[in-house]
Amino acid sequence: MEGKAPIMRRSALAAIAAIGSASLLLAGCSKADDSKNEGKSAGANAATKGVVNASDKKGGTLTYELSDVPDSFDPGNTYYAYMYNLSRLWARPLMTFEPGPGSKGNTLVPDLAASKGVPSDGGKTWTYKLRSGLKYEDGTAITSKDVKYAVERSNFARDVLSLGPNYFQIFMADGDKYKGPYKDKSAKGLSSIETPDDTTVVFHLKQAFQEFDYLVAAPQTAPVPQAKDTGVDYVKHIVSSGSYKFQSYDEGKQAVLVRNPDWDPKTDPLRKQLPDKIVVKLKVNPETIDKDVLAGDAIDLAGTGVQASTQAQVLTDTAKKAGTDNTFGGRLVYMAINTKVKPFDNVACRKAVQFAIDKASVQTAEGGPIRGDIASTVLPPDIPGYVKSDVYATDGNKGDVAKAKEQLKACGKTAINTNISARSDRQPEIDAATAIINSLKKVGINASLKQYPSGKYFTDYAGVPKFTEKQNIGLIMMQWGADWPSGYGFLQQILNGSAIGQSGNTNLSQYDDKNVNEMLNKSIATPGDAARNGIYAQIDKKAMDDAVLVPLTYFKVLLARPQNYTNLVSTAAFSGQYDYLNIGVASK
Amino acid sequence: MTELSKTGVATGEPVAAGKTPEAFLDVRDLKVHFPTDDGLVKSVDGLTFSLDKGKTLAIVGESGSGKSVTSLAIMGLHRLGSRGKNVRMSGEIWLNGKELVNADPDEVRRLRGREMAMIFQDPLSAMHPYYKVGDQIVEAYRTHHKVSRKVARARAVEMLDRVGIPEPGKRVDSYPHEFSGGMRQRAMIAMSLVNNPELLIADEPTTALDVTVQAQILDLIRDLQKEFGSAVVMITHDLGVVAEIADDVLVMYGGRCVERGRADEVFETPQHPYTWGLLGSMPRIDRETSERLIPVKGQPPSLINVPSGCAFHPRCPYADIPKENVTRTVRPELQQVEGGHWSACHLSAEDRTRIWTEEIAPKL
Amino acid sequence: MISYIFRRTLAAIFLLLVVSAVTFAIFFLLPRLVGQTADQLAQQYIGKSPSKADILAVKHNLGLDQPVYVQFWHFIKGIVAGADYNIGPTTVHCDVPCFGYSFKDHVAVWPQLTSRLPITLSLAAGAAVLWLVSGVAIGVISALKPRSLFDRTFMGVALAGVSLPMFFTGNLAILLFVFNWPIFGRDYVPLTQNPEQWANTLFPAWCSLALLYSAIYARLTRSGMLETMNEDFIRTARSKGLGERTVVVKHGLRAALTPIITVFGMDLGLLLGGAVITESVFSLPGIGQYAVQGITDNDLPKILGVTLLAAFFVVVANLVVDVLYAAADPRVRLS
Repeated sequence: MEGKAPIMRRSALAAIAAIGSASLLLAGCSKADDSKNEGKSAGANAATKGVVNASDKKGGTLTYELSDVPDSFDPGNTYYAYMYNLSRLWARPLMTFEPGPGSKGNTLVPDLAASKGVPSDGGKTWTYKLRSGLKYEDGTAITSKDVKYAVERSNFARDVLSLGPNYFQIFMADGDKYKGPYKDKSAKGLSSIETPDDTTVVFHLKQAFQEFDYLVAAPQTAPVPQAKDTGVDYVKHIVSSGSYKFQSYDEGKQAVLVRNPDWDPKTDPLRKQLPDKIVVKLKVNPETIDKDVLAGDAIDLAGTGVQASTQAQVLTDTAKKAGTDNTFGGRLVYMAINTKVKPFDNVACRKAVQFAIDKASVQTAEGGPIRGDIASTVLPPDIPGYVKSDVYATDGNKGDVAKAKEQLKACGKTAINTNISARSDRQPEIDAATAIINSLKKVGINASLKQYPSGKYFTDYAGVPKFTEKQNIGLIMMQWGADWPSGYGFLQQILNGSAIGQSGNTNLSQYDDKNVNEMLNKSIATPGDAARNGIYAQIDKKAMDDAVLVPLTYFKVLLARPQNYTNLVSTAAFSGQYDYLNIGVASK
Repeated sequence: MTELSKTGVATGEPVAAGKTPEAFLDVRDLKVHFPTDDGLVKSVDGLTFSLDKGKTLAIVGESGSGKSVTSLAIMGLHRLGSRGKNVRMSGEIWLNGKELVNADPDEVRRLRGREMAMIFQDPLSAMHPYYKVGDQIVEAYRTHHKVSRKVARARAVEMLDRVGIPEPGKRVDSYPHEFSGGMRQRAMIAMSLVNNPELLIADEPTTALDVTVQAQILDLIRDLQKEFGSAVVMITHDLGVVAEIADDVLVMYGGRCVERGRADEVFETPQHPYTWGLLGSMPRIDRETSERLIPVKGQPPSLINVPSGCAFHPRCPYADIPKENVTRTVRPELQQVEGGHWSACHLSAEDRTRIWTEEIAPKL
Repeated sequence: MISYIFRRTLAAIFLLLVVSAVTFAIFFLLPRLVGQTADQLAQQYIGKSPSKADILAVKHNLGLDQPVYVQFWHFIKGIVAGADYNIGPTTVHCDVPCFGYSFKDHVAVWPQLTSRLPITLSLAAGAAVLWLVSGVAIGVISALKPRSLFDRTFMGVALAGVSLPMFFTGNLAILLFVFNWPIFGRDYVPLTQNPEQWANTLFPAWCSLALLYSAIYARLTRSGMLETMNEDFIRTARSKGLGERTVVVKHGLRAALTPIITVFGMDLGLLLGGAVITESVFSLPGIGQYAVQGITDNDLPKILGVTLLAAFFVVVANLVVDVLYAAADPRVRLS
C-alpha cells in the first residue's frame, strides 16, 4: 500500500489552537442561565454509556454549527469525520455504523445494502445486495450502477474530486489503470466493479481484504446518479438518497435540509427522520458555538469539544458538568522515536526514553485528564484490538530515572544530543514537547525543540525521512486517528514498514519490522473479527517491546450535550462525536 | 505731518467711576489679566481713555504692550471660546452710554458688528477660506438686519463698490484666496462697515500689506470715517500710520499707558523716553539715509513679572537721572503735561524738555 | 475636472494591475524562494495518498503547471473575456468579470465577492454613520470645553476605545447583548428582506467597530477643533456678532471637518475591503471572512479577488476624497 497520507481523517483539530486570549477573559463573566436547567441533564458522560433523551418525537429545527467550512458536502469529496457522520442524512453508504455508545458505535450495519458484504475468493471479492424500493429525492430508483458510479467519481477523478481518500483506487483490481468517469466515458467504467443487475454490486480487489465492510461505510459508496453529476458543482445540487434533502445550499455560509418525502422508512431500519428542518451554519464564531450548545440549541458539528475558556467554566459548575461528555476521540497522542536516527537505532536507547518520560507532566501540558488519559499502548481503548498493558510502567507515570539510566548504560551511552519536532501552531503539542524535554534532561538526554507549521509537517518536515535524518530529529511529536475503527485502520499507516514514503510519511518511527509487516498483511486477509483483533494486539505489543513510539495520552474531547436535543449518543466510530443520524428536537 | 484735529478730543482727566460719561467711548481703569500656569499675565493693567464720534485714536506700542488685548476687550471677545473662562476683566467700558464689561454677553454680542466692528491685521487668515467673500459680508449684514439674501447681497455689492473693489458684482462671488492682499483688506473693511458701526477698531490693518497698498487702505479708512462719522481706534506699532490718520495718540508700554495726547502734541513735544524711542525708530521719507534709525533697545517687559517702579526703566537710558533710585521703586502715575497731554515719567519737566530738544529731536 | 477624473481612473486601473501582479508574485514566487514547489501547492487540494499522477492532474486542473506569467495573463484575460474551468463532466464558464475560480470551493470568485459585499457594506456603512456622528460630536464638545470633566472622561474612553482589541469589545458585546440580555439578533438578514432585523443583528457589530473608530475620530475632531477655534477667522466671525453656535458649527466645524472627511473616506475604503476581525468575531460572512478563508486555504483566486477588490475600494476612496476635498475647500484645485 502506498503510504503518503498527510493527515488521516482530518478532525479539524487545528481549530482548537485558534482561540484568542479574549475568550479566557470572557470565561468568568457569564453566569446567566446557571441553574435554569438543573436536574434535567442525564449526568456527566451519560452519552458515552447510552442514548440520552431517547425519543421519537418529530418536528422542530435542529441546528449544527461549525467554526470552519467543511471540505465539501459532496459525499464523494469529503474526508472529515464529522462529514462522514453528517452526510449520512442525505447520502446512504452501503454500510454504516450503528448508533451506540462508545466502542459499541463501532458496530457495522448494512445501510443501503440489505446485508453485510458477502466475501468470496478468500476475501478478494465482495458482493452487496441493495435493499429494494430505494429512491432518490426526485422519486427515481437507486440502482447498483449509481453506487459503482459514486465510487468511480470519488476515487478515480482525482483532478476534479480530490479531497476524499482514495482507498478504492488503491485496493481495487485495475485501479491504477482507470482514469475516472469524467475522462473515461465508456459505458463499462471500472472493470473491477460489476453490476450484474440493478440491485447487486460486486467489488474485485487486488488482494484479500477482510475489513472491506469498513471501506464501504465511507460516504463514497453513497449513490450518485450519473445524469445529475456535475463534478465539482455537484455539491450545489446534491441528489439525496437519505432521509433529508437540501432545501438550500449557500457556499461557505449555510445549508438547510428538509425532510425527503421520497425516503421510505420501510427501506431504512436506521433513520428516524425526526426534525422538520436541519440547519448547518458555517463560519460561526467558536465562542458563539459554545454558547449555543450550552443553551441547548445547537450541536458543535466538528465535535472537537468546547473551547478552553468554556471548558473551565463548565467544569467548575456541577450542573453544567452534568451536561457534558468527556469521551475518547479514537486518537493517540504519541511521540515517535526515529529508528533511523542514531543512537535510537539501538532499542536500549529507545527504552531509556520510554522510562525517562514523565507522562503525568505531559498529560498536564496537554490540558489535563479532560484532554486525555495517560496512554501505554499504541491502540486507544475505543479501537478493537486494544488490550490493556503497560510495558514501561513507572511509579505514578512520573518516569523512572534509574531505569532509564540503566537502559542508557545498556545502550553504551551516558548522554544523548538530539532534536524533537512539534507543530508550531499547536500549543498543547509544544507544551507536551517541552515537558518531555524536561524529563529527558534528568537522565542525560538533551533534546532541542524544532517547530514546524502543521500544514507542512508531513509534506516538508517530519514526514520526510531524509529531512529528519539530516536534521538529527530523533523524537517526533505526533497524533493519530484511524480512518476506520479497526486495528488495521489504525496501525497500518504508522507501523507498516512498506508504508514509509519519501514525503508525507506517517510511519514517523521508520519502523520496518518483518514480523509486524507480515502480521499486518496476514490480519487483513484473516476472516473473523476476534482472530484479527488478536493479531492487532500482538502488533501493538511488538511495537511497544521494540519501543518505537512513546504513547502519551489517549485523546479525549469534552463535548457539551445540548439538552433540548434528543437521541444523543457519543460514538467511537466518529471520533467520539454524537451520532448525527437520529438527533431530534425535544418539545420545550 | 498730517492735518490734526484741534478740538473735541476727550483725553482729559478720567471721569469718576460709575458716572455715565459724555464721551462716545469711555474706558476706565480697564484691567485684563490671564491666569496661566506660569503666573498671572497682566496684559492690560489699568487703562483709561475716551474717544468721541468722528475721531481717530491711535494706540501705539510694541507687540505685547497690551494694545490688541485692549481692542479685543472692547469688542468683548476675550470672554468667548474655550479661554473665555480664564480671563479676568475689571474696570468699565462705556460705549454710547452702555457699560460693556459687566453686561450680559448676549447684549454685547448684539452690539458687535452693529455698533462696533473690527478689522484685523492679516485679512487672509481673518476671512473664512471656505466661504465666498460676498457670503461672509451677507452673513455679517443679516446677523443684524432681518432682510432677504437678495437684499443683503445687493448691500454686499454696494459695500464692495464703496471700498473700491472693481467689478463688485462679480467679485462678490470670489473666495478670499482669489483676492490680492489689498483687495482682501478692502473686502474686510467692507464687511466691518456693512452695518454702519459707530466704532471701528482697526488692529494693525496695514501691517501685512506692501507700502503703496498701505497708503491706499489708510486713505480708504479715513474717507469712510468721514462718510460714516464713526469713531476709529487704530491699533498700530507704526508711528507713520499714526501721523497719517490719528487725532489722538495713546502710547502703551507693559499693559499701561505711558503717554497720551493729541497727535500733534505727542509728535511735537513727546514727553516719555519710550515715545522718543518709537519716534527714533520711525522711518521717514524726509530723513537722510546716512542717519541711522535708533531702535528702542532691549526686550519688551514680561507681563507676569513687570519690572518694579517704572516698567520701562531697564531700557531707559535716562533711568538714573531722577534721584533716590525712584525709577526702580515707584511706579510713575500719569501726569498732565498740558491740556490733554499726559505722561507717566519720573523725569522732571525740565529734564524732559532738555533731553528732547537737545538730544533727541536733532537726530530725528 | 472631467479630464482629471479620467486621468485618475486610468492611473487607478494601472495601479490595480500592479497590485494584482504583486499579489501574484508574492503568492507564487515567495514560496519558491523558500523551496516550495507547485507540486506541494497542488497537494494541498488533494485528500490523502496522492500519486504523482494525481498531483499532475490537480496541478493541470488548477493551471498551476503553467509558467507564472501565463497564469497571470489568464487571470487578466478572464477579467475582460471570461474563462472556462473543468469541473468534471463538463466545463463551466466563468462570466465576465471573471476574477478566477476558487481552488478550494470550486466556485467563481466574483459572484462570491458580490454576494458578500452587501454584508461588508452594511457593516461598514452602519458603523461609519455611528462613529462619524458620535466621534465628531464628542470631539467638538471636548474641544469647546478642554480639560472639563466631559473632555477628560471621553478622551479617557477614547483612549480605551483605541486600545481595546476587537476580540475583546466584540466578544464582550456578543456576550452581554446577544446572550445575557438577548436584545439583539445574530443571524444576518439582508436589508431588503427585513430592515428592522437587519439593523437589529448588525447593531452590536456596528457599535463595537464604531467604538474603535469613534475614539480615533473624537481625538481627531478635538484636536482639529482646538486648532480651528484659535484661527483668526473664528475671531472675525465672533466680531461680526454671530451667535456662538453659528461660530462653532458654521465656521469652526466646517473647517475642522475637511481633514476628517479625508480620513473618513480612506477608512471607509479600507473597511469595504473587508473588516477581517469584526466579521470573524460576529460571524458575518463578508469580504473579510472570505479573505481569511483564502489565506488559511492558500487559495490564490480568493486572495487575488479580495486584494483587488480592497485595492479598488482604496483607489476609489482616494479619488472620491480628492474630489470631495476640492469641493469642500475652494482653495484646492484639481489638476
